[in-house]
Amino acid sequence: MIRFEAVAKRYRNGREALGDVSLHVAPGEMVYLTGRSGAGKSTVLKLIALLERPTRGSVSVAGDETGTLAARRIPAFRRRVGVVFQDHRLLHDRPVYDNVALPLIVADSSLREIDKRVRAALDQVGLLGCERSLPSELSVGEQQRVGIARAIVSRPPILIADEPTGNLDPQLAGEVMALFRRLNGVGVTVVVATHDLHLVRASGLRAIVLERGRIVPNEPSGVLPVIEVAR
Amino acid sequence: MSGAASGYLARHAHALVSSAGHLARAPFATLFTVLVMGLALALPLGLEVLVRNVRAATGDFTGAVSISVYLHAGVDEQHARQLGATARSHPGVAAVQLITAAQALAQFRAQSGFGAALDALQDNPLPNVLVVTPAPGATGAASMESLRRVLAAWPETETVQLDGDWVRRFNALLDLLHRALLLAAGLLGLGVVAVVGNTIRLEIQNRRAEIEVTKLVGGTNGFVRRPFLYTGALYGLLGGLTALLVIGVSGLLLQPPVSELARSYGAEFALRGPALEDLGLLLGGSTVLGWLGAWLAASRHLARIEPGAG
Repeated sequence: MIRFEAVAKRYRNGREALGDVSLHVAPGEMVYLTGRSGAGKSTVLKLIALLERPTRGSVSVAGDETGTLAARRIPAFRRRVGVVFQDHRLLHDRPVYDNVALPLIVADSSLREIDKRVRAALDQVGLLGCERSLPSELSVGEQQRVGIARAIVSRPPILIADEPTGNLDPQLAGEVMALFRRLNGVGVTVVVATHDLHLVRASGLRAIVLERGRIVPNEPSGVLPVIEVAR
Repeated sequence: MSGAASGYLARHAHALVSSAGHLARAPFATLFTVLVMGLALALPLGLEVLVRNVRAATGDFTGAVSISVYLHAGVDEQHARQLGATARSHPGVAAVQLITAAQALAQFRAQSGFGAALDALQDNPLPNVLVVTPAPGATGAASMESLRRVLAAWPETETVQLDGDWVRRFNALLDLLHRALLLAAGLLGLGVVAVVGNTIRLEIQNRRAEIEVTKLVGGTNGFVRRPFLYTGALYGLLGGLTALLVIGVSGLLLQPPVSELARSYGAEFALRGPALEDLGLLLGGSTVLGWLGAWLAASRHLARIEPGAG
């Protein structure tokens, strides 16, 4: 589903965010991407969501080679990748319903389909009944769940999340991760970037550890390498 | 109607309502932009209305313009009548009057006071003359010159004389004014495009975060551009309506002194406003100009905005 082959990414300011990264995420798999701040987690997610293109190497997502994908095909590509941000990226002058409906609106779905799917997504994140609320009227945790509802409303085959629990208390963080597990349970490929090693270890799922733009090999026993992670 | 079609229409309706909402939420900025556009659009239309009113008031002085065709002395009256009929069939001619040599001599005798001297003449030295009145739409300098050449080309013509030069100059002046206002309309139209384009550019900057999110979830440039196009079109429409308001109020203010002036010449005259087709042209044109300004700005600036993961 997701394959990186010897990928490097250097930004315009000259900073090398990734160097020679190769990884593979199978269809229907859920993996963690972990490492300290600046290790390259967000860059990996940007490359998956085609918010950036690789400087070198090959990134293949759901059969598309993102390095050479034509600009006109990018919108359709992005509709197949749900993205959850730590800072939610909600439209604060629009009610919850409009925020969640946005991916369906841009995909020209019918009004009936939009209504059905928005309510289903809000139900999944436990926010049914908040359709008319503005994001500013919700708690941080609720806003995060609106962001998740928006990411899953069009039922993308791939869901990526950048520090989705960074602003949440442990209980809310647990609920969010349980939601991701449920989505993964119905076949969605999930990649979660987090620096919360406790969360990763408790999950028992595969983790890809990055350090200074490179993947740190796991111990033969499968135990995560010991790295100092900034909190 | 299918679900997809209703969804398509609903999204356009949503974009339109959303654009109207954005304008309403910034009333002062909207008002000033619309005022600038309204005044720019009112100027050429107001001048056009002025020129039309002047033409209507003067009737182009059609009756005051004529061409006198002096025929050779050997052309008899019957032949002169045939030539008059030929001239009348020309599309630029409204009427032809034949002044026969005998009529001319009698008139000269009555008005000149040289009756006794004329009696001494054995033959009438005056020629038959055709007085050609051009059609109402053919009193312009070019049309008159064209008609003059046609008449002068007859072998029976001795000489052709244009009467009413001042009227032709007056009409030429009105033509010049009309062309100047077309030029002004073009330039001010460009100004409207620039005003809307700059306003939309600022709007795009203000809504950068929203644009990024929309593109992030798969919105195309066309989708993101749509509400801005509606905003530009609404600016244009409101600017056109403002121009109509300006012209209407100006007409009301000018009507009393115009009536007073007409009465001083013993006439009645009421100012005429823009015709219905002018209203359609103004509102349609201003809407298209607003749309065009928005399209230019959106096409240029939206392509540069791409979402980042933060």
